[in-house]
Amino acid sequence: MLGEGILKGLAETAKNFAGSYVSAERMTTVQYPEERIAPIEATRDFPFLVYDGADWEAGMRCVACQICEKECPPKCIYIVKSADKKPDALGKPQFYPAKFDIDISVCMSCQICVEVCPFEAIKMDTEFELSTTDRFGGLLYDRKQLSRSNEHYHKIHPTEAAAVDARLADAKAKANVKSTNAAIAAAVKGAEIPARPPAGGD
Amino acid sequence: MYETLDQIFILLRQWLLGFLPAAWQPVAAIVMSVAVIVGLFPALFALTVLLERKGLGRIQNRIGPNRVGPFGILQPIADGLKSLTKEDIVPLSADAVVHFLAPVVLVVAVFMGFAVLPMGRNMTLVRMDAGLLFYFAIGASTELSVFMAGWSSRNKYSLLGAMRAVAQMISYEVPLLMSSVAVVMISGSLSLDTIVEAQNKYTWGLPHWYIFTPWGFAGFVLYAIATTAETNRSPFDLPEGESELVAGYFTEYSGFKFALFFLGEYLAMFSISGLGTTLFLGGWSAPLASLVWVPSWIWFFGKLLVSMCVFIWIRGTLPRLRQDQLMNFAWKFVLPLTMINLFVAALWHFLGDGWARWVVCTAILALIYVFMATVGMKRKNFGARSYRYAE
Repeated sequence: MLGEGILKGLAETAKNFAGSYVSAERMTTVQYPEERIAPIEATRDFPFLVYDGADWEAGMRCVACQICEKECPPKCIYIVKSADKKPDALGKPQFYPAKFDIDISVCMSCQICVEVCPFEAIKMDTEFELSTTDRFGGLLYDRKQLSRSNEHYHKIHPTEAAAVDARLADAKAKANVKSTNAAIAAAVKGAEIPARPPAGGD
Repeated sequence: MYETLDQIFILLRQWLLGFLPAAWQPVAAIVMSVAVIVGLFPALFALTVLLERKGLGRIQNRIGPNRVGPFGILQPIADGLKSLTKEDIVPLSADAVVHFLAPVVLVVAVFMGFAVLPMGRNMTLVRMDAGLLFYFAIGASTELSVFMAGWSSRNKYSLLGAMRAVAQMISYEVPLLMSSVAVVMISGSLSLDTIVEAQNKYTWGLPHWYIFTPWGFAGFVLYAIATTAETNRSPFDLPEGESELVAGYFTEYSGFKFALFFLGEYLAMFSISGLGTTLFLGGWSAPLASLVWVPSWIWFFGKLLVSMCVFIWIRGTLPRLRQDQLMNFAWKFVLPLTMINLFVAALWHFLGDGWARWVVCTAILALIYVFMATVGMKRKNFGARSYRYAE
């Protein structure tokens, strides 16, 4: 109560002041553009679209279901469904996004789009040096700019990407079994009652 | 040689005045002195901002600005250019005239305070018999500009900041004055030049500064507390508490007007440190009799810079107070102590020379301080907080 705490505090800051000149390990900061700290694995900033294989347009996992667009709290995603269909990761014909725009000046990096996506198609990137001189067009990313390969995803979030790959492989295996079963069932049914049309898969 | 160096600015002014017709000389002398003050202190401001940013960085184990120029010494220039070229936004619903006038009034009022400060031997712009009174009268008008800024912005944060600032500045104006009155009582003059002359004596090579007396030391500490609050510096920076009020009363200011507020704040620190130096630290007098050969203005500005460093050091150390703590501290601790200090100063005067007054005055002050700090500022223990409806 007599103010000795203030003196103690002043001594502490004085120690820091003097110590910062003599011992380098006291310094908590790095000189950013020259030195960098590697980002931790859970780092995230803005979403990107994952594609499999080499061609971003053919391999895009997104099926334009528009769930992320609806769930996005700041409404920064804009999707236009395609008129035609193309085969997805499981081999089924699906819509694909004819237009997929994210305005990263609006995005708040909440990752809700990632959590709601049933197709593991949208993930969070770690790229943070995104400044541009055009604050409207420069920050509005189209689907080409948003596309990153699955290899890139593995590089930035290895654990998470491995789990995603396992899940996808699992789903594909299940779908294969299912479609084989369905085909067998259909064949059996077709043999019994040829008059009825074969039941489609789900 | 010493005389020349000590009076170099006066001699320089005389020499320059020699080129002018005799009729112009009185006016030109004032204009030149004012121009030097108006140019010098903003330059010192740039230096202090750099010192503050580097010093605070070091206190927090950072490097601080180191990109602009070698070791970042050109940082103030970059900051200045930035604030000059920034867009000047006036809110649509603000009172544009008052909004514009507020920073101007602040800077003008603060500059007026420098008029009576003795910055060296014979280096007072206006030798006023009631210099201290003038200083405090002018200093009080900065509250006006703060409230002008807060009210005219038509922003709740600005208004809250301004109201906090006015409450705080009025509360601490009282102990500020009361701690200075002790000096006036002892020196018997309101003239700052006379006060410095009274301290410019030496016994056994040691100066007669008022800080080296019991009442002077107590007065100086109380004065320092009051000035920190008066200039809205941390830990008393509630009016601009950025975690609560965006930026307080200058929330709605940008560009050059913001820079003017910033400048005004630092100039107020310079001028109030200068006054503290004059009152308690012997103004331009040397700290040792063996050092009187150093020019007087070096001592004044040296002490000024040391006070600024202490301001920065305190800012780097103490967290911000809460509003009720601030007010309690002002009215229940600082103000009573300044009043007791007045009594002690009177006692010091009437006990006459000798060791008795040292013992008596120190004992009274120490006892009162311990009593006030332990009993007066004791935290009331109300027990655990209970919630009647929330549970």
